[in-house]
Amino acid sequence: MDQPATRADPAASFSHSHVAFDDGLALECGTTLRRHTVAFRSYGTLNAARTNAILVCHALTGDQYAAERHPLTDKPGWWEAVVGPGKPVDTGRFFVICPNVLGGCMGSTGPLSNRDAPDGSETDEPWGTDFPPVTIRDMVRAQKRLIDHLGIARLFAVLGGSMGGMQALQWAALYPDSVFAALPIASASYHSAQNIAFHEVGRQAIFADPDWQNGQYWRSGRIPARGLAVARMCAHITYLSEEALTLKFGRRLQNAPKDSTEAISLFGEMFEVESYLRHQGSTFVQRFDANSYLTITRAMDYFDLGADCGGDLAMAFKGTKTRFLLASFTSDWLFPTAESRSVARALNRAGANVSFVELPSDKGHDAFLLDEPDFHRTLAGFLRGCAVHAGLGG
Amino acid sequence: MTILDPVRFLTKNMRVDLELIAGMIAPGARVLDIGCGDGSLIDHLFQTKGCDARGIEIDMAEVTRAVAHGLPVMQGDADIDLEHYPDGAFDYVVLSRALQAVERPRAVLRQMLRIGTRAVVSFPNFGHWLVRWQLVATGRMPMTETWDRPWHETPNIHPCTIRDFFILCEEEGYVVEQWLAADEGGRRAPWRRFIRMANLFGEQGLFLLRHR
Repeated sequence: MDQPATRADPAASFSHSHVAFDDGLALECGTTLRRHTVAFRSYGTLNAARTNAILVCHALTGDQYAAERHPLTDKPGWWEAVVGPGKPVDTGRFFVICPNVLGGCMGSTGPLSNRDAPDGSETDEPWGTDFPPVTIRDMVRAQKRLIDHLGIARLFAVLGGSMGGMQALQWAALYPDSVFAALPIASASYHSAQNIAFHEVGRQAIFADPDWQNGQYWRSGRIPARGLAVARMCAHITYLSEEALTLKFGRRLQNAPKDSTEAISLFGEMFEVESYLRHQGSTFVQRFDANSYLTITRAMDYFDLGADCGGDLAMAFKGTKTRFLLASFTSDWLFPTAESRSVARALNRAGANVSFVELPSDKGHDAFLLDEPDFHRTLAGFLRGCAVHAGLGG
Repeated sequence: MTILDPVRFLTKNMRVDLELIAGMIAPGARVLDIGCGDGSLIDHLFQTKGCDARGIEIDMAEVTRAVAHGLPVMQGDADIDLEHYPDGAFDYVVLSRALQAVERPRAVLRQMLRIGTRAVVSFPNFGHWLVRWQLVATGRMPMTETWDRPWHETPNIHPCTIRDFFILCEEEGYVVEQWLAADEGGRRAPWRRFIRMANLFGEQGLFLLRHR
């Protein structure tokens, strides 16, 4: 964030594999997107009966590059610990599909995409903040188009952490016959007031950046890097735990970067945790679009599956045949165990087949992304058990 | 004196009861096993009888073990979580060697027979002759193979006898469809007709109940 970033569109120079749909996607807000694109990656092989597909749903700032080196950042895939040959989600056995969400900025339709003109034709101007407010349900309906396009009638599993878990829940509620197993990890059936509050701080940081320019930053070629970086720094704290921060950084100091012109350098040194957060912020703005961040955080905030069903979450799953795994982590205060437990109880009320476990970890919310042996054993075992019941062998 | 690890939850050898309990459950039934441990019984019921068997377990390490074996188990507390199941959701609800460890045994039994058509309940029998003898002879709380923790370390806060349990079923209006007494190894005791003899020589009681 020390260097003024000027790239307005990190994805523009790269073509992501995708499928384009031009038959209209009706959104919850009432708007219809005339055309939309779903960018996705897949791993493994779809079997002849098309019964071994697993949909992996990414979190707020994730993307479709779950299990391979990212083409833009050159970093390992965000879920390489979980997805791959011989991994808990075994690509030697399952066909794993990971789409970029609607509203995202890695090739799926979002604020970076060119807007529809009122007459339905495509313009060469991005949507920006005029991009319709999308919801988790809209994201799932866009993904369903992709799954239909791939000729898959029923997904063996839908799996995701955090916002990915919201999508997994929404999939099971919206398309119960198309989901054999749903695995919402470190997730919830609604976004809590505290979580909305943190998102709002991030959004206000973006709005406060003069380079945001009311969301039309492509006009100047300057992106709201500082605002987006602060949003990321704030959010990143919520993904960790006090214990994880203490273990990782404690109160250790390090010298401020030589080129830093900021007030903090007057003290000659900074805490390691500050440096870490700045790094998180500055790398994030290289790969993520600020308007996408606004759109997707809002989609999470809107999410309340129980409210969509008259206030009783059990009604969302009445009579479901889907098998569920709810998993949470002890140190996760963003999506605490109580929220997974309340989903598990609602599923009990609906008579659903539900497994629920809280896994010990000091890593906070991010634990679902990290090397957590208990989590990985649980995930692998649950999928193996479901495979037996789905007739895919043990 | 040996210092024992603090006991929060029951540890039990499911293999002992497994065959006896499975013998009371019809093939293909919907079963909920409360306090299922590592899920041995639900695995057994699925593998040998094709049951739709699920479990609740309070000990998170056991839950993790069960789910990692592909078994549908959720972490939960018999005293709290049964109320979240709908009426008649199961054909059988099993409570194996845990009745004496729950906070409110009577309420748990009521929940079991609300969410299930039948309840299978087993518990260690505090009326066994050795338990009685130790209390009488030493004036101290009994310590046997079954009751193997000092009184201040035991999770078994509501011990009862086979006779006590019959009386509770009578009070609550439950029909005892089957019952038997067994020793720690799971072998049936021969006292099928004489409750008082079963209460003296049975190390555990096993009951199949339904509503009247």
